[in-house]
Amino acid sequence: MALNQDYVGKVYPASPAYEVGREKIREFATAIGDRNPAYHDVAHARSLGHRDVIAPPTFPFVVSMRASAVAMFDPGLGLDYSRVVHGEQRFAYVRPVTAGDSLVVVTTIENIRVAAGNDILTTRSDISTEDGEPVVTTWAVTVARGTAEGTA
Amino acid sequence: MSASVAWSDVEVGTELPSLTVTLQRVNLVMYAGASGDFNPIHWNERFARSVGLPDVIAHGMLTMASAGRVVTDWAGDPGAVVEYGVRFTRPVVVPDDDHGATVDVSAVVAEKRADNLVRVDVTAVYAGSTVLGKAQAVVRLA
Repeated sequence: MALNQDYVGKVYPASPAYEVGREKIREFATAIGDRNPAYHDVAHARSLGHRDVIAPPTFPFVVSMRASAVAMFDPGLGLDYSRVVHGEQRFAYVRPVTAGDSLVVVTTIENIRVAAGNDILTTRSDISTEDGEPVVTTWAVTVARGTAEGTA
Repeated sequence: MSASVAWSDVEVGTELPSLTVTLQRVNLVMYAGASGDFNPIHWNERFARSVGLPDVIAHGMLTMASAGRVVTDWAGDPGAVVEYGVRFTRPVVVPDDDHGATVDVSAVVAEKRADNLVRVDVTAVYAGSTVLGKAQAVVRLA
């Protein structure tokens, strides 16, 4: 089933807050094999001018992925999640995600297109603090293999 | 934000220190847990093969994170990264053995911009082929 083009531009309500903890940042940094002290050592992070340990540049995807489920599993959109692969990811940072942040995400369906029988979905996640301070915007391109109209 | 590299000290063509990343099954399990991405193609060989993959593959975001380290190690302060984006062009297949998959990451300053910004182009090679396309970071240097 092809994706519903009417959903281009659809903006979903802000997600519940994601509380960013020091230990989560350390766990994530360890999982990606990154010992950069800015992720682990509060004093070092402060010496760089940060309020607390900061998260690696790809960490915001953990927050945006969870929040964008409202779009991915929106029955009206028609995405076949079983055929999905990750096509692209891009981040534009206002500042790094920092321990102690309470983040909310607004997910927007930015684009839907078809290429080579694949449905290609671009979602934008605007991540800000609960107080409204913008932190990072991230774009995900999701490819549903062979789901566009006219293909089996 | 305080990068340890000065904008005036780099030129287009300046190479960043390269790095080699080894991904084994345990790294995929750790990444699944830390990220919350439990797609079985990243840990279940039986499932991966059933959907046409040669074996379990690394999370694209783990490859992206690993490759990004070439930039953050160089910049000193990871908070100096202003933009980072990649296309996932080929999977990194991670066999169940003692070696795992080896990804060689290199990067070069591709453009100098105003406001102490540089664009860095990143190359990640696994099994002789690049696995990321248009992998670029914009970094604010000192």
